[in-house]
Amino acid sequence: MNEAVSTKRVIPDRLGNRTSRLLASWEVLLFGVAVLIFIFNALASPYFLNAWNLSDATFNFTEKAMIAFAMAMLVISGEIDLSVAAIIALASTAMGAAAQIGIGTPGLVAIGLGVGLGCGAVNGLLVSGLRLPSIVVTIGTMSLFRGISYIVLGDQAYGKYPESFAFFGQGYVAWVLSFEFVLFGVLAVLFAILLHATNFGRQVFVIGNNEFAARFSGIPVERVKFILFLLTGLMSGVAAVCLTSRLGSTRPSIAQGWELEVVTMVVLGGVSILGGAGTIGGVVIAAFVMGLVTFGLGLLNVPGIVMSIFVGLLLIITIAVPIIVRRIREMR
Amino acid sequence: MKKLLRNRESLLVMIIAIMIAGFATRAPGFAAPGNLANIFNDTSILIILALGQMTVILTKSIDLSVAANLAFTGMAVAMTNAAYPDVPLALLIVMAIGIGAFLGAINGYLIWALQIPPIVVTLGTLTIYRGMAFVLSGGGWVNAHQMTQSFLNAPRLPVLGLPILSWVAIIIVVGAWFVMTRLPFGRAAYASGGNPTAAVYAGIDTGKTRFFAFMLSGALAGLCGYLWVSRYAVAYVDVAIGFELDTVAACVIGGISIAGGVGSVAGALLGALFLGIIKNALPVIGISPFAQMAISGVVIVLAVVFNARAERKVGRIILRDRAAPEVSP
Repeated sequence: MNEAVSTKRVIPDRLGNRTSRLLASWEVLLFGVAVLIFIFNALASPYFLNAWNLSDATFNFTEKAMIAFAMAMLVISGEIDLSVAAIIALASTAMGAAAQIGIGTPGLVAIGLGVGLGCGAVNGLLVSGLRLPSIVVTIGTMSLFRGISYIVLGDQAYGKYPESFAFFGQGYVAWVLSFEFVLFGVLAVLFAILLHATNFGRQVFVIGNNEFAARFSGIPVERVKFILFLLTGLMSGVAAVCLTSRLGSTRPSIAQGWELEVVTMVVLGGVSILGGAGTIGGVVIAAFVMGLVTFGLGLLNVPGIVMSIFVGLLLIITIAVPIIVRRIREMR
Repeated sequence: MKKLLRNRESLLVMIIAIMIAGFATRAPGFAAPGNLANIFNDTSILIILALGQMTVILTKSIDLSVAANLAFTGMAVAMTNAAYPDVPLALLIVMAIGIGAFLGAINGYLIWALQIPPIVVTLGTLTIYRGMAFVLSGGGWVNAHQMTQSFLNAPRLPVLGLPILSWVAIIIVVGAWFVMTRLPFGRAAYASGGNPTAAVYAGIDTGKTRFFAFMLSGALAGLCGYLWVSRYAVAYVDVAIGFELDTVAACVIGGISIAGGVGSVAGALLGALFLGIIKNALPVIGISPFAQMAISGVVIVLAVVFNARAERKVGRIILRDRAAPEVSP
């Protein structure tokens, strides 16, 4: 922690040429990891290189990745939302209750997205309106949202969804391309544009790097943060629609523990947990890495909880290795 | 500032007293000493874990791996006990504390030496430790009949009217109070969370302080691993799943600032008791136990709102943190 006092900041004269900078970037490193895992999987199991199997594997990460896009922007702005999985539970419960009284598919989707937005607004009001630390606020709302699901459902489950509702989680747009995967791709592009090519995205980076300076530059910090929480809630609603449709049933324990997996995906994607840096491209690659790891290990009959060890190790190692490498370089 | 903190804790005591009185009107006998002692005993594990979590939060960190640490350690001692019934209990407890401290030290080392943010490290080790519990047990359960009688009974034995489990919690509360207020480590923990830059100028190694805070939290989680397994007489992989958030909730309710540097042992104790009383009262007054999660969610949010108001008047920071400038809205 001595850096706090005497940080040795070396500012280079030149940034090096474009290719070497690109090669050293996090996204390229992560892409290399993804390719390695892909090759390893293909060698380890004869069932891996099959279009339908690979298509099935995408369901492992598409829903989480949709939330991860919005979460990435939130983390870049210096906040976090741990209530996303609980929002899924609440939105799914609301949709289930609506389906029981015979509301059709368009109504169910509207309810799912609406509940997501509403929950996001609650988080946003508490964090940006009352200026509370997001990590504890969302731990609280996480209990609250999932708690409401438990009050409504207890140990019961909702299961009667209309047939056309199944499309979102089980339908295919063309050949092996599932609706979820196409939606994932479209959202990735939209979020990439929003974060990297708009004024709003720039403001998010500025807030994450220096909130103080952002205020002095006339950026409406609270409003931007509020919108980010709304966006995260909305994407949780979208994920709730997809997941509920895919499973065809709702229990209050739905998507349990997903908040940690989403954060893992975001951090693995090279987004700084301290805020101010990150790309949507990185999150997309991280989603594939996590999906490939779980799918490949699944083909090798590795139980789910052991896979989580790999995901945990992946998270720590991918963050630790660049730090260690930088240390060694500095020592020279 | 001291006065403010004292107010805060006395306020919590008052709220808890009103709660108990309120529940007693609905369910006579709720406020009986015997029942209150039961609730305390039931909350002992949460109290111990909350104290570990408090130490970590004071240093401006968070430990999300406590419950996973508890599950792994509990499984390890239960399996040792089942496989080698001759190993004395004292050795098993030492083993539990040792394993817990080691797992905590891994967290602490990654945070100290590599400067990875605590939330990232403990998020990773949370899944790793619980996964290791699965690898260790192969997904199996250790049931009551496989464990020895002394292993199961020790925390239940009554001493001076209270079970040993309660006494352990009391001893740890007193110990934590002593460490946090009377030893250099406690002072260092407050300082490294309150203002890391000033702490460094004052000659405190904030990284090392954090390391020891995580080790302490891990050691207490390890001890709770044994206590949990023997209390519920079963060990399986999903033991105490999600409990890490309860420990954070207890701290937040107890007025420990998530931004570090503010909080007290009494606060963590009262925060844990608050949650314990609600948990025990719901079935008594006829509210579905499924409502417990939503209630604690509301309580946490209210506590955060309240904390933020109290903290705003804490004082003036003279030496600003250069790495992360204080934002004054």
